[in-house]
Amino acid sequence: MKAGVVVFPGSNCDQDCFHVLRNVAKVETEYLWHRDATIPSDVGLVCLPGGFTYGDYLRVGAMAHVSPIVRAVKEFAARGGFVIGVCNGFQILTESGLLPGALMHNDCLKFLCKTVPLKVERHAAPWTDFEGEVLRVPIAHGQGNYYIDPDGLERLQDNGQILFRYSDPDGDVSKETNPNGSVDNIAGITNEKGNVLGMMPHPERCSESELGNTDGLRIWESVLGHCR
Amino acid sequence: MGRGVFPEDLCVFAPLRFKPLFLKTTERTAMVEALKNDPAMTPELIAEHGITPAEYDKILQILGREPTFTELGIFSVMWSEHCSYKNSKKYLKKLPTRGPRVLQGPGENAGIVDIGEGLAVAFKIESHNHPSYVEPYQGAATGIGGILRDIFTMGARPIALVDPLRFGDPRSPKNRHIIGGVVKGIADYGNCVGVPTVGGETHFSRAYNGNPLINVMCIGLMKHSEITRACASRTGDLVFYFGNSTGRDGVHGATFASQEMSEQTQAKRSAVQVGDPFMGKKILEATLDLIQAGAVEGMQDMGAAGLTCCSCEMAGKGDAGVVIDLDKVPQRAADLHPYEMMLSESQERMLAVCRPEKLDEVKRLLAHWDLEAHVLGQVTDDGMMRVRFAGKEVAAIPAELISTESPEYDREYVRSSYLDSIEMFDEETHPAPKDLKKTLLDLLATPELGDKRWIYEQYDHMVQLNTVLIPGESSGVLRIKDTDLHIAIASDCNGLMCWLDPRMGARMAVAESARNLACSGARPLAITNCLNFGNPMKPEIFYQFKEAVEGMGEACAALDTPVTGGNVSFYNENQGEAVWPTPVIGMIGLVERPEHIATVGFKDEGDVVLLVGGPAQHLGGSQLYALLQDKWLGPCPTLDLEFEKRLIEFVLDAIRAGLVKSAQDISEGGLAVALAECCLKSPNGLGAEIDLAMEMKTDAAGTEGSRKRRESAARLDIELFSEAPSRVVLTLAPDRVSELEALAAKAGIPIRRIGRIRPVSKRALSIASVGEIEVSDLRRAFQSGRP
Repeated sequence: MKAGVVVFPGSNCDQDCFHVLRNVAKVETEYLWHRDATIPSDVGLVCLPGGFTYGDYLRVGAMAHVSPIVRAVKEFAARGGFVIGVCNGFQILTESGLLPGALMHNDCLKFLCKTVPLKVERHAAPWTDFEGEVLRVPIAHGQGNYYIDPDGLERLQDNGQILFRYSDPDGDVSKETNPNGSVDNIAGITNEKGNVLGMMPHPERCSESELGNTDGLRIWESVLGHCR
Repeated sequence: MGRGVFPEDLCVFAPLRFKPLFLKTTERTAMVEALKNDPAMTPELIAEHGITPAEYDKILQILGREPTFTELGIFSVMWSEHCSYKNSKKYLKKLPTRGPRVLQGPGENAGIVDIGEGLAVAFKIESHNHPSYVEPYQGAATGIGGILRDIFTMGARPIALVDPLRFGDPRSPKNRHIIGGVVKGIADYGNCVGVPTVGGETHFSRAYNGNPLINVMCIGLMKHSEITRACASRTGDLVFYFGNSTGRDGVHGATFASQEMSEQTQAKRSAVQVGDPFMGKKILEATLDLIQAGAVEGMQDMGAAGLTCCSCEMAGKGDAGVVIDLDKVPQRAADLHPYEMMLSESQERMLAVCRPEKLDEVKRLLAHWDLEAHVLGQVTDDGMMRVRFAGKEVAAIPAELISTESPEYDREYVRSSYLDSIEMFDEETHPAPKDLKKTLLDLLATPELGDKRWIYEQYDHMVQLNTVLIPGESSGVLRIKDTDLHIAIASDCNGLMCWLDPRMGARMAVAESARNLACSGARPLAITNCLNFGNPMKPEIFYQFKEAVEGMGEACAALDTPVTGGNVSFYNENQGEAVWPTPVIGMIGLVERPEHIATVGFKDEGDVVLLVGGPAQHLGGSQLYALLQDKWLGPCPTLDLEFEKRLIEFVLDAIRAGLVKSAQDISEGGLAVALAECCLKSPNGLGAEIDLAMEMKTDAAGTEGSRKRRESAARLDIELFSEAPSRVVLTLAPDRVSELEALAAKAGIPIRRIGRIRPVSKRALSIASVGEIEVSDLRRAFQSGRP
């Protein structure tokens, strides 16, 4: 089984995700180019990394979602393949309809880069099959303000699709712990089937002890454990 | 994560926003006709181009005839201060530029130092002061774009950005607008391209009203084998262009940077360029692909002075010449005159040279990134830079002579008269503040000394997964993947000290950068500098420049940190008022092992706090007076470079011996602010108990022995708020103190035990005769400093 990291012109966390998957999580990893129309059959996990695809001069993710690779990712997800979209990857997933909701400008209207506590709402396969109530994971985005209508939110809750919420270090979720204005402090959700995860925080940025934090590695190891 | 700016918009609006210089026609033939109507060489036209009558005579000599209009434009940018260093060269030549680690000194796009294991670091600092005043967002953004190109053009992947910024009084609405725009401009460009901003400085003073200093520094990593230089090599090699198309934006940017700001220059909006970070990212990746594939012989980015500077520099070495055909230049504005094409500073454009047989490979590599190679011409052997347009030769200049014959001035200087009227600190007339506790809190609550998180959180400082020490530490520290090596970066300059004494202030800037690196555990390697000064034609300003450059050279020689390049930014004046002389230092250091990285924050209860280094001197140049009383009080403290060198070696030895738990340089705000920061950056928010009046002895077990009152103690406010150089705060476990004392005795470095770290149950900083401040109160004050 291999992991594939999608590269669009303007991706800038592609090399980071590739590095963590290959050198830290020790899974064979290859780059998938935005013009590729298929996902190789031995790829079990596809990662849509952070960045500014095609510059994101249009609505974020709007150009990426019509690229050949995203069409292929949709088919891959429909077949049950695991897909993780981080940051800009999450924006592409909502734009392409693989995940519900939308990501708007942060309510502070500024780009924010800092490490924040995340409450893990569900410990379950494939993404969060580990112990640990609260993770510390860096965010780095200008448009991570998750919005969904009340009915949609109810569906997310009922189906257990909300995996991560912005919290305090003890796991308490409140308005004060919401960095960007997201509905219900949502930081990461899955699709109904659970094989597609979108999250604004960057697990690849906290996967190595040299960088002082390995909380993110648990997410990679969890899903890779279920791929193999 | 869009910025609400569409490149298409910029393209569409650029010609509308920027006033065309020439008649609007769509007929190509009419354009050629227009060439015949080029303005005649009048003294007024020559003066408008910033060319003196003597310089014009030299042009006549070089050409043996009158220049064409296009040639006049070429000379005006090539001989502007920005490109020729005509006013500064004499002094820059005296700076130490050699060292065992220097692989590339001044003269290329960036300096390069060897870091071992076959790896090298390219680094460079640039200013974007004037554009950022006129248009803060685009000015700062294109500053980032430009400095990134300087680095990747050398073959290095940019791994970090550092931004030394100086703004006017943040209470003024105009300055507030500039601050917001600049920070967002830096963030949007750097974040999009995916290069982390790992440090910098932000200062505020009315001395920068009307002329902020926006300096940007970039650091890149490369293998020795990937080093690429600008020069063209063989006759017949092809010169090709890729990246954005050429418009009218930025025509005369380099000459604009070489004038004082005034009502008139503000009207020169066309000198400001607009940035396109997506194209920046694409040409970054494409350039590195071209270099790694060995497909190119030389590479230049079309930054200041655009196509002109680029082709002159490519040709102007040896007998090499170049011929380019402007009809092949991709254009985004109608009816561009050759003059405009040669001078345009449209962003994100590259010029490169390849062997003819490599052109197909070049095209293939560029196509991967949706880019096209436009072959403009080729390298020749007649030493001439020839420019063709519509079948005509519009410029033919002996390329080498543009640089070898460029003017060099020995500017007049005279000791600045204000230096005689500076109010000097005197213990009699400047009594201690009544409430020192309040003084400390007030200082922490200023924008100058307060928390800069509101700025650096807008910058992606983690992308690329190398950032080990994030902004807010003594220096930014990056790991080099697959090695034990770490690169540290510091940037410093205290403008007030330089104003009080340009020579001493510049020495202090170098010393402070080196001390900051040492406090992070890094050995200083080399510097780049950004010399921000007023109008060099004024002898009093030129005195500041000369003194500062000489002082910098002395410090670089003493501390073994050669100068690998930099930037001179003159004419930083508004309405005739010059900014503080501000020679910003960007310094690179090397940490050889990860366990040698030291941080600022207090670590463990019971650790001993030591004050290490020279005496407190006095309160001259202190922020205590500058910030709380708006007094620029002299004198500048003195700096002993030999002592500083020993101190830096001592700190590094102590860290490498595993003795040091935290290290903090004492600079702005003095010891008191340094201690407060040690508490604020402590992972557990630990406080300390400090007594500066006591001599505390340590017994062999490291527990505190006898105490007696110090006999030669300075006045407490001087001890606390002096900004004398060569001082650091170290903490270590009690049982290691005697080892450190032995090391200090051997190095001849005074150390003084001034206190110990308190338990978690007592999170407060207490200073004898000052009082006790809860760390939470320190934090409240620190965070309220946001303007």
